[in-house]
Amino acid sequence: MSGRPKLTYFKGRGRMESIRWLLAAAGVEFDEEFLETGEQYEKLLEDGDLLFQQVPLVEMDGMKLVQTKAIQRYIAGKHNLYGKDLKEQVLIDMYVEGADDLMLLIIPLGFLPPDQREKQIQVMLEKANTRYFPVYEKVLKDHGQNFLVGNKLSWADVHLFEAILMVEEKKASVLSAFPLLQAYKERISKIPTIAKFLEPGSKRKPPPDDVYVKTVNTVFKRI
Amino acid sequence: MAAKPKLHYPNGRGKMESIRWLLAAAGVEFEEQFLETREQYEKLMKDGVLLFQQVPMVEMDGMKLVQTRAILKYIATKYNLYGNDLKERVLIDMYVEGTTDLMEPIMMYPLLPPVEQEKRLSLITQRPATRYFPVYEKVLKDHGQNFLVGNRFSWADVQLLEAILMSEELIPTVLSDFPLLQAFKARISSIPTIEKFLQPGSQRKPPPGPKYVETVKEIFNLN
Repeated sequence: MSGRPKLTYFKGRGRMESIRWLLAAAGVEFDEEFLETGEQYEKLLEDGDLLFQQVPLVEMDGMKLVQTKAIQRYIAGKHNLYGKDLKEQVLIDMYVEGADDLMLLIIPLGFLPPDQREKQIQVMLEKANTRYFPVYEKVLKDHGQNFLVGNKLSWADVHLFEAILMVEEKKASVLSAFPLLQAYKERISKIPTIAKFLEPGSKRKPPPDDVYVKTVNTVFKRI
Repeated sequence: MAAKPKLHYPNGRGKMESIRWLLAAAGVEFEEQFLETREQYEKLMKDGVLLFQQVPMVEMDGMKLVQTRAILKYIATKYNLYGNDLKERVLIDMYVEGTTDLMEPIMMYPLLPPVEQEKRLSLITQRPATRYFPVYEKVLKDHGQNFLVGNRFSWADVQLLEAILMSEELIPTVLSDFPLLQAFKARISSIPTIEKFLQPGSQRKPPPGPKYVETVKEIFNLN
């Protein structure tokens, strides 16, 4: 009997990775079905499983959930990672959206032609350094607590942590001007569910390579 | 006595329009401070009131809220337009994300260079009736109720109406195959707060004209 969520997506990060992170942080085990061919995708469409003809798709609690943000909010709400009241919720939402905007500068990189990729990475690093990380550094400085909101692990921490790691993959020293974020990163990485997800063999996916990009293009070009 | 929310944005729809709709639907009066010049925008940034250096920004309940989704979620929750439980919320979230995906390309279209506009035109004129409206028509058909979720007026209904009206501005006959959506449109339009917002002289903004596009490009250095 499986009450476990089932994730349908490509075998790579894309928009599903944030959902994998959140489930992992919440200690929720999940299954995955990987999209590899156009036929698989067409079958999902024919079966009416994809509300807006798109993945990610997460089947959980008897529902076929789509839309990355909707899925994340559901998981965060269900697993007490969404603050204790409306004011905490809106802080979490703002911080999540900021980290998301940063990650959205990285996620499509594999699909850009190589000459544009470098330029885009520089744009992203500049924004990380001037628009995003200073904000979170200041949040931590102002309240002096271990987590972004409400002195407790929330969706905002999981999302920011994911963003930090993603940016560091492009430039390892990106946190050099942000001592509180460095300490924060260490702290979050030691949380048992997160530490487990960081271990080799977990369901965390590697950065996109040519195989991944080719698979995605193949699956969608068929339509 | 609580101050009215104060909205900071250029004098046009953009990303703020959905927020205006939701406040209006909730019967909440609000003020607006229109961004007209690059200097005004730079001053807002210097004053440190834009968390990620971006608008929309809404001052309400002693906070300076940014990030459209975070703001909308806050308003929806505060004014009971977000369902009764987690399951209703996730439905509302999925439907809202769908209408957001429908409206975003339409909203961005005037800011694109002509070459890009050509590529996008078929997308924005076809997707409403092929990817999105069939979904909402089916939702209404399947439960036979007057509102999208929980037999009760919610954020999902407000945003769907906004998306319908926006699509009709582009393609007047876009609802011709969707009788339930036509009835839905008439019903939601006659809700007193919505009806008021639809009247001339309300704070609802017109479709973007060349002057608005020029202003936006200048303020955000998009040229």
